[in-house]
Amino acid sequence: MTFIKTKVGRRSFIKSSAVAGGGMMIGFSWLAGCKTEPMIEEEILQMPAEWFNINGFLKIGDNGVVTIMSPNPEIGQNIKTSMPMLVAEELDIDWKKVVVEQAPLNTDLYKRQLAGGSQSIRQGWKSLRMAGATARRVLCEAAAKAWEVPVEEITTDAGMLFHKATEKSAHYGEFASAAAEIEIPEEVELKSVKDFKIIGNSKRNVDGKKIVTGQPLFGLDTQREGMLHAMIQHPPAFGMKLKSVDDSAAKSMPGIKDVFTINTYPDAEKKQWCDVDAFSDLVVVVGNSTWEVMQAKEVLKVEWEATSGFENSASHTEKMAAFAGKAKEARKDGNPEAAFKNAAEIIERSYTAPFLAHNCMEPMNFFADVKDGKAELVGPVQTPEFMEKSVSTRLGIPLENIDIQMTRMGGGFGRRLYGHFLVEAALISQKVGAPIKLTYTREDDMTFGTYRPAYHATYRAALDENKNLIAFHIKAGGIPESPLFANRFPAGAVDNYLAESWSLESNISTGAWRAPRSNFIAGAEQAFLDEVAEKMGKDPIQFRLDLLEKAKNNPVGEKNDYDAARYAGVLKLVRDKSNWGKADAGLNRGVSAYFCHNSYVANVLDLKVENGKPIVDKVYCAVDCGIVVNPDAAKNMMEGGTVDGIGHALFSGLTFKDGVPEQSNFDKYRLIRHSEAPKEIEVHFVKSEIDPTGLGEPPFPPIIGAVANALYKATGKRVYDQPFVKEGALLG
Amino acid sequence: MATFNLKINGKNQEVEADPNTPMLWVLRDTLGLVGTKYGCGIAACGACTIHVDGIAMRSCQMPVSKVKDQSITTIEGLSENGNHPVQKAWMEHDVPQCGYCQAGQIMSAASLLNDNSNPSDADIDAAMNGNICRCGTYTRIKAAIKTAAKG
Repeated sequence: MTFIKTKVGRRSFIKSSAVAGGGMMIGFSWLAGCKTEPMIEEEILQMPAEWFNINGFLKIGDNGVVTIMSPNPEIGQNIKTSMPMLVAEELDIDWKKVVVEQAPLNTDLYKRQLAGGSQSIRQGWKSLRMAGATARRVLCEAAAKAWEVPVEEITTDAGMLFHKATEKSAHYGEFASAAAEIEIPEEVELKSVKDFKIIGNSKRNVDGKKIVTGQPLFGLDTQREGMLHAMIQHPPAFGMKLKSVDDSAAKSMPGIKDVFTINTYPDAEKKQWCDVDAFSDLVVVVGNSTWEVMQAKEVLKVEWEATSGFENSASHTEKMAAFAGKAKEARKDGNPEAAFKNAAEIIERSYTAPFLAHNCMEPMNFFADVKDGKAELVGPVQTPEFMEKSVSTRLGIPLENIDIQMTRMGGGFGRRLYGHFLVEAALISQKVGAPIKLTYTREDDMTFGTYRPAYHATYRAALDENKNLIAFHIKAGGIPESPLFANRFPAGAVDNYLAESWSLESNISTGAWRAPRSNFIAGAEQAFLDEVAEKMGKDPIQFRLDLLEKAKNNPVGEKNDYDAARYAGVLKLVRDKSNWGKADAGLNRGVSAYFCHNSYVANVLDLKVENGKPIVDKVYCAVDCGIVVNPDAAKNMMEGGTVDGIGHALFSGLTFKDGVPEQSNFDKYRLIRHSEAPKEIEVHFVKSEIDPTGLGEPPFPPIIGAVANALYKATGKRVYDQPFVKEGALLG
Repeated sequence: MATFNLKINGKNQEVEADPNTPMLWVLRDTLGLVGTKYGCGIAACGACTIHVDGIAMRSCQMPVSKVKDQSITTIEGLSENGNHPVQKAWMEHDVPQCGYCQAGQIMSAASLLNDNSNPSDADIDAAMNGNICRCGTYTRIKAAIKTAAKG
């Protein structure tokens, strides 16, 4: 049992008056069941006549149906299902009686309404369970009072209250009204892991049926009476700004209402961390329909002028290699200089990766209706509570007059942390005095990015005459940030260790991209370790396990930010599940493992090269993310992250010529497609009672190393520069 | 602007539009059928896939003037209540992550199964290769198509 003081989160549990509801009927079968149960025919859930708000996370209907609010933005990580599961678990309700709603942005009621860092489940683990547990507690108290029995004698099961001795029972709805009046208890009891009934049992996506039937869910689906459509035109190159615009032709196009310019962030000092944008001066076209606005954009005559030098990808690698000499020390253990000097053999390898665009399938967009000193904003954003402040600052509208509604997002990957498009939409609506929907074309989206930086890392390993690893050196940097994590493995496992970091400024706007920094450094490190193991004559898994054994029993330094036993745990699990070393005949296998965003992942990947093209036959994933809340959805995240990692390692990259992105749509920007996905992905979770951690990002970084290592087995050639498959070139 | 009489999801619809307007925007902006998604505008991602006389087509590259009397089916009209075998298989396999591309994926898969009731892996790859899923749900999509094929 865990007792949690409710005081900290008390603001979230302020009761509010009962809200009357209609008697609408909704189908709910897609809410119910798990993978192992067959799909049941659709059942109809009768909506209650009256709802009673128990706390900010849930309301109970007079008929026992429960609405659970999902507080965080949904970007495809499935928290709209798994976060309410945490509430339902402690409330002790039948999942079939649960309706899930997206909560509004409300920083008084909810903490951290943000999608980022794979933290939603980890950070919500206690507060969401508390919400369910306190509601259960007040229901018990209400029943105890009515039945005139001690509250300790009340038990619950699947939405029912029982008093055994007097054989009394009632469903939650019967006491919802009374429970809503009861003071929130000072502390509540949370269930033990062994008592979980919902957590650990797969529940289908609560939006599943809406998705497969094409119901409006996404920001781009927003439609309102009198709504106009808006698009922006931004400079063609990084390092350019708007000089002048001739809008006469555009204004005379059919359906066009207005053409004007806006400045999103005129005052750089007022910018928050999430107010990243390369282009603040924008030309805006507003009209009656998306197509008409698109046509008018084509005939805009805009002059741009250079503000700084233009970047060229062709010279980036050379520039980065030269700049690496200015690296600063980030961590040093032992005496790496002496160890390298005395080494019998030194292995040195450099790795690179290009800029990446996020390429959410739903391009950036937002609806805004600004009038009478108020702003209503609807759409996809990962940082609503931060962007609310940005809109307030820019438009001079107080926070309490800004209403942001979160829609389901067609992907996030970090791109929608940077919500300049909210500010743009609000400014446009204010200017035209009408509700508007701002839509980026795919080209706007891809060429006005907050890209994954370009990276470069040089690794060195020193071996003694007996081929023991005696020193390890990493020097890593990028444009414009370093990917280094100085205290991650193999720091702590090597006596003489040096980590150095550098960065090179750029006018290309960059930002967090699925598993920031890890999304490059994991692949580089895991490919290098493979090469070191080979030089040492060691099995690559055993080599890693030996290092982790040392880090566990006799760690070097004190700041090592990983748990060596859990790290080794996923490696052993993937070794066993893949029959590593036993069933390798004829397979080209690569292994890798990585720890980031609080979760541990190891991969074994089998591939072959046919006609110069890689074919991934099978991937084994071993994962330690603590308690697995929604197993089949967690498996889905692992599969998707694996496919995404393989795709970006093999094919993707954004290059620049004179500041202009050379890829602006999916004809030139390569993303992995059906025929290139692994034929099979097996996912194995470490059984654990440790509090859960996230899975949005952890699957992505390590698989890149497994791809590199398997490619070497297949072709005999090591790969160092992403993407591994170059346009028009064949492998082998 | 011109007037077009279209057959959409079994209903006759009269719309006013510039003849060059892609069906995608007629569906989304004019008719409010927003299940068909905009992804690229150049027929390179498959998010806007609809059926034209039962065949999967990219609506972002199909001017309204070229539709004439062909029957259009969108995700909203694929079945009455989400009970098309492909939609049911999608729910059973809990395929979607973000879900944005899935209407297009489902329309391509339904068209494939119309032509080939028992597709091989290679058949599925060939028919589905034009549909990008940025979340990487490809393995589940393939499994769901096989389930739908079994009926």
